[in-house]
Amino acid sequence: MNELQVVLSVLAALVALVLVWHIVRDEQVTNVGFFGLVALQVGLVVQLVWGVVRVADNHDGVSVAAYLAYLIGALLILPVAFLWSASEKSRSGTAVLLVGVLVLPVLFLRLHDLWSAHV
Amino acid sequence: MSEKAGRAATSRGFGRVIVFVYGILAFAASGRATFELTTKFSDAPFPYSLSILAAVIYVVATWALATGRRRIALATVSFELLGVLAVGLSSLLATDKFPEASVWSDFGAGYGWVPLVLPMVGLWWLYRTRRVG
Repeated sequence: MNELQVVLSVLAALVALVLVWHIVRDEQVTNVGFFGLVALQVGLVVQLVWGVVRVADNHDGVSVAAYLAYLIGALLILPVAFLWSASEKSRSGTAVLLVGVLVLPVLFLRLHDLWSAHV
Repeated sequence: MSEKAGRAATSRGFGRVIVFVYGILAFAASGRATFELTTKFSDAPFPYSLSILAAVIYVVATWALATGRRRIALATVSFELLGVLAVGLSSLLATDKFPEASVWSDFGAGYGWVPLVLPMVGLWWLYRTRRVG
């Protein structure tokens, strides 16, 4: 994975730990968790721009449609998780956010795999 | 009245998490099916048809669980369990029919076994939230 994706994966792991902490203690997500999610989302927007610039250049062998689909999919997941969890003020609402955060590194790996077909 | 109570039951509490995971899988399966259908369907029509079927089932199951339509949810979730078991087993036994993997091939191993575990959790949840009488 590239540096941006490594940084975002580490950040995702940290935010996941904060969310697990809240789930275990059965308390609402605080500002730390919320701004962690915002930071992740900003990073994902940067990734989208960076990814689009990359596929606009030489991309022989890379499936552009799949690559863009993963970039955009990664951008949608946290906002959807946030909206879906908003009306669930319980551990389960926080767990929805946790699932969303944990899916991100999987998407980074898939993006990495897709790009590794580059010749 | 009962429909209203049902609406609350399957998408509240832990059901919130189940519906979200279903939504992700529905999105992933739809994306995959669209990609396969538009780029390389003729390479392997059988597994790619299965991908389309799986995608439709996941979308319907997500919608049914999110809106508390218990009967449709039960039907689609059960179908998923049968699908992942049948396709998983036949992809092991008849590898020549599955030159390309589908969502359910190898019991959903390509998706972290989620396609195998999720219908079991879904059935348990539908049973947990049932109304007696």
